[in-house]
This record gives sequence, C-alpha cells and structure tokens, in this order.
Amino acid sequence: MSQQIIFFILAAITLTSAVVVVTIRNLFHAALALMVSFLGVAGIYVLLEAPFLGMAQLLVYIGAISILIIFAIMMTRRLMQTSESPFNSQAIGALVGAGLALAILFVVIIRLYPMAPGDGVGQSAMVVDPAILQSSVARMGRSFVSAEAYVLPFEVASVLLLAALVGSIVIAWPQRGEEDNQ
Amino acid sequence: MDILDLLKSLLSLSLGDFIRRNFGAGPGTELLIDIGGVVILSTFCLLIVIFLIWLTRKIVARMQDRIGPNRVGGRYGLLQTVADVMKLLSKEVINPAGADWVAFNAAPLLIVMAALLMWAVMPFAPGVIGVNLNIGIFYILAISSASVMIILLAGWGSNNKYALLGAFRAVAQMVSYEVPMILALLVPIILASTMSTEGIIAAQTLPFILFAPVSALIFFVSSLAETGRTPFDLLEAESEIVAGFHIEYSGMKFGMFFLAEFLNTLFMSGLVVTLYLGGYRFFGLENWVSADGYPYGRLIGLIAFFAKTFLLYFIYDWVRGTLPRVRVDQILNFNWKFLVPLSLSLVFFVAIVDKLIPPGTNVVVRMTIHLLLNILIAAVALELLRRRGRQNRLAMSAGGGSGGVEAVAGGHGGGHDDHSHHGPQPIEDVPDVLDTPLGAREPVVIPVH
Repeated sequence: MSQQIIFFILAAITLTSAVVVVTIRNLFHAALALMVSFLGVAGIYVLLEAPFLGMAQLLVYIGAISILIIFAIMMTRRLMQTSESPFNSQAIGALVGAGLALAILFVVIIRLYPMAPGDGVGQSAMVVDPAILQSSVARMGRSFVSAEAYVLPFEVASVLLLAALVGSIVIAWPQRGEEDNQ
Repeated sequence: MDILDLLKSLLSLSLGDFIRRNFGAGPGTELLIDIGGVVILSTFCLLIVIFLIWLTRKIVARMQDRIGPNRVGGRYGLLQTVADVMKLLSKEVINPAGADWVAFNAAPLLIVMAALLMWAVMPFAPGVIGVNLNIGIFYILAISSASVMIILLAGWGSNNKYALLGAFRAVAQMVSYEVPMILALLVPIILASTMSTEGIIAAQTLPFILFAPVSALIFFVSSLAETGRTPFDLLEAESEIVAGFHIEYSGMKFGMFFLAEFLNTLFMSGLVVTLYLGGYRFFGLENWVSADGYPYGRLIGLIAFFAKTFLLYFIYDWVRGTLPRVRVDQILNFNWKFLVPLSLSLVFFVAIVDKLIPPGTNVVVRMTIHLLLNILIAAVALELLRRRGRQNRLAMSAGGGSGGVEAVAGGHGGGHDDHSHHGPQPIEDVPDVLDTPLGAREPVVIPVH
C-alpha cells in the first residue's frame, strides 16, 4: 500500500515537471524542471528495488546530461530572454503521436501484465529474492563481461565512447599555425 | 518502560531496539525509528559544523602564530561561532536585482541537502548507519555529482558575471577531480569486492591504507579539490578575491554554502576513515555485547570512528594552514596529467594483481604484495616526475640567462607543441614530449617588472 502511495507521489512529480518542461517560457527553468523529472524517475527506479539504476540515473542524467544542457543554454546568446510561446501549431501531429504511443503501451502492458508478480492490484507487494538484490551489482558486472550475456554490446559501447572521446580531442586540438591568434 | 533499560539502550546506541521492545515491532514503529534517525543525524550534522568552524579557526590560528577566537564564551572562544551564526541569521535577506529567484534561493537549500544526504551511508558504529546500501559508494558519487549542478545554479541565478565565472571554474575543478577520485575509490572496492560502506569496513581485517597507500593519497588530494579547500581553494580565495560563485549571497544563505563546505570536509574525513583506516574498527572491541544483551561495543566503535575522523579533519586543516594556493592551470594540469594517469594505471594493476592472488591467501601476504605493488607504482611515478622536473628546470635556467626575464612554468592556452613563438628560444634540445605534470609543457617566458 505504502509503495502505491510513494509511486503516485513520484509519478505526480515526474509528470508535473515534465509538463512544466515543455510549457514554461524561461529555458533555464525548463532545464531545472527537466532535472526534477529525472529525479522522479530515479525515485521510481529505487522504488522498483533497482537502486543501482536509480543512482546511475542520478549520476548520468543530473550529474552529466543536465549540466551539458545548462551549459548549452548559457552559451547560447539571446536564448535566455525568449518571449516566444513554447507552443507551436502542430496539435494534430502531436495528438496522433501521443495516440500511437498510448496504443503501443496499452498492447505491451496487456501482454506483460500476467507475468507481473502478485495476483492482483494491491493484493501483494512485489516479492524479490533479497539474495539477488544484495548481489545485483556483482551479477550485473559479471553479465557485462560474460560471453553468454552482454560482452559484445558492452565492448561496442566502449569503442563508441572511445571514438567520441578521440573525436572531441581532435576537434578541440588547434590547427598548426592557429596558435598565433591566441 | 524502564528508565534503566532506556539509559542502557542510549549508552549502547541501540535506541531502535528499545523502541521495538516497548512499542512492538511493526511498520509504524519502523517508520518512527526511521524518521527519528533522520532527525537525529541531520541535527547532529548541522550542529557539529558550529564546532568544526571553531576548531578550524583555532587550529589555523595556532599554525599562523595567532590566538584565534578568544573572547566570546570563555578563554577559548567556544561560543564565537554561535555568535557568528546569530549574526548571519539576523542579517537582511537580499535578493540582487535581476536574479533568478528560483535558482538563487534554491541553491543554498539544495547544497545543504546534498551535503546531508551523503551522511545516510556513513557507518558510525556497527549497526549505526542510516541505510546500509549495497551500492553505498556509488550513492555518494551520485549525490556529489549532483552538487556540481547546484553550484552552477547558484552562479547563474545570481545574475552576476563574476559569480557565473566562479561557478564555471568550480564546475571545471569539481568535474575534473571527480575522475581521479572515482578511480581511487575503485581500489578499496576491488579489495573488498563490495560497494557497501559497511562491507568495506568488514573486509578490513587490516586497514586498507596498508594495501593501497597510493590510492589513499590520490583520494585525499582529490577530495581536497572536490571540497574546494586549500591548496585548491582559488575559487573563493579569501585573501585575494571576494568570493567565487557565492559572491552575491549574504546572511544565512551565504552561511549555508559555508556549512555545506565544512560538512563535506568532515564527510570526506569520515570517508577516508571508512575506506582506508578501518572505519569504526577498534581491535574487535566494537562488536562487544554485554551479558544482558546490550551492544556496548557500538559506543567504542563510535568513539574510534570519531577519533580517527577528527584526526583526518586535523590533517585537512593542517594542509589548509600550511600550503600555498596553486594556480588554476596548475590545478588542471596536475589533475589531468598526473593524477588521472596515475590512478588509471593504479586501478589497472591492482585489479590484475588482486585477481592473481589465489583466494584464501593469508591476509598479511596479500597486504605485502599489494604494498610492494604500490611502492613500485609510486617509485615509477616519482622517477618520471623527477626526470620531467629536471628537464623543466634545465630549460628554465637556460631561459633565465637571457636577462631581465623570469621563466614561469605555466600552461599556455592552446596546449600545442610549437616552440618557435615564445620569446628567447633556449630550449631547442628539449624534446616535444617534455610535459611535466606539475607545470607546463614548456616554460613561458614573461618579463619581470
């Protein structure tokens, strides 16, 4: 029961701030609201007994991506004092998109619902083996590097990140002869 | 309800058990215990800062051959900080013109919240811990990365270009030093094979500082930079500039940034103790349970924890009182060209060596192997430093010979190896790879006025 209450509070925080993100005029405030939304999602992860995912959400989305967004906003002149309305005239397209997303979610949830633990809404709390919870990080680490699980996606992602790192250094590296201007 | 029972429970830091005994176990009781624990822990954290500020002022004063606070509250000025807090609280609340109200006022609240949140996983004594997360260290990192965001919030919200510049510099410093800090933290995590703070303490039959002195040193240095203390305090260098990102703040809003800084320093001392000095361990006495079932050992553990923590805090103050401030380019060069490569290679070698030691090896043997590895890595790093430093000195003394100029080892903007543009050119024989981690890749020659 208490889980449901906390879930509804977190969902309300997440959705309200998500609405604020797209409606508010001040871009900086929109970025702040986006962070609150991320925080709500992190809370839902914690509620789902996935604290590692929740903390990764906090570290990556608030600690890194939000900072990137805010830097981008701060570096962009005149973007701060925009008086334009954040709404555009694409209501029909948005409605179609939202309807499609709803339909997909509906189908997926109907399919997955019988697999969820517990036999009814609010009847029984989610039961997860505490031994699995305690060693979840170790299990995750092992499955990242085990050949039967995710070693290939993991390595591909590492190479991608390395390529991005090298690329950013190449872009930032001054051309020969450019130094005189500094 | 029994007064003696209550007293014994208090003394053995098991008030939760006392409540469970008297009110019956159940979700309501647990909620009560949790809320009570949060209130006690945060109040303690906020109040200890008053003492910490007094302590720092006294210690630094003695190191600088002064007396320090000595008027308010007796000979030792014990109530000086209380008076300061009263002063801060009674000051006018000022909102600068054009400031972003939400960001400006949210930042001081959030920074204290972030500083308090981290204490949730700090183990004070066996069983005396906010919550024993199995990802404790990761949790600390996540929270501390969020506090970077808050500093940006404060700097931008002030509507002051100096505050914004200060915030950018603070963010650059904190984001940079997070890298060696996280890498250094990986070493105790590898040694204990857990990220839980209690688990790391439980794994330290011998303190990890004997296993990983280099990692402890890297962590100590980068935590100095993370908390923005001397020698890395140029963000708010009190003797040179007014303040950094919090220049527009006054009264208690300023006080809250100060509070968070001191709280973070104490937290970092506690974290060093937890990770490297065995935390609350005190020769097994911390697990002592008396015959009538009260775990009095917890009190011993608590005392041991705070004794070690305040020793570390004294060392932080010692550094603050003795070391000169470094420049911003030196800060970043030292981080990216020395600490990061060193901690990367340290993690790499420690992981391999720890995997090679068969499980079940005697802890002393394991410790010796790790210690030898650390000494080897430190020796190689120092040798590299020595060579680069000598090359740099040679280049500098050659540059100084051309009269009226002083060679200053400083990073230059572009970071590009092109020697032909910098004044007198006595450093032709220095190879392009000349790149001291502590200074620049080449001496920049500036005229002396």
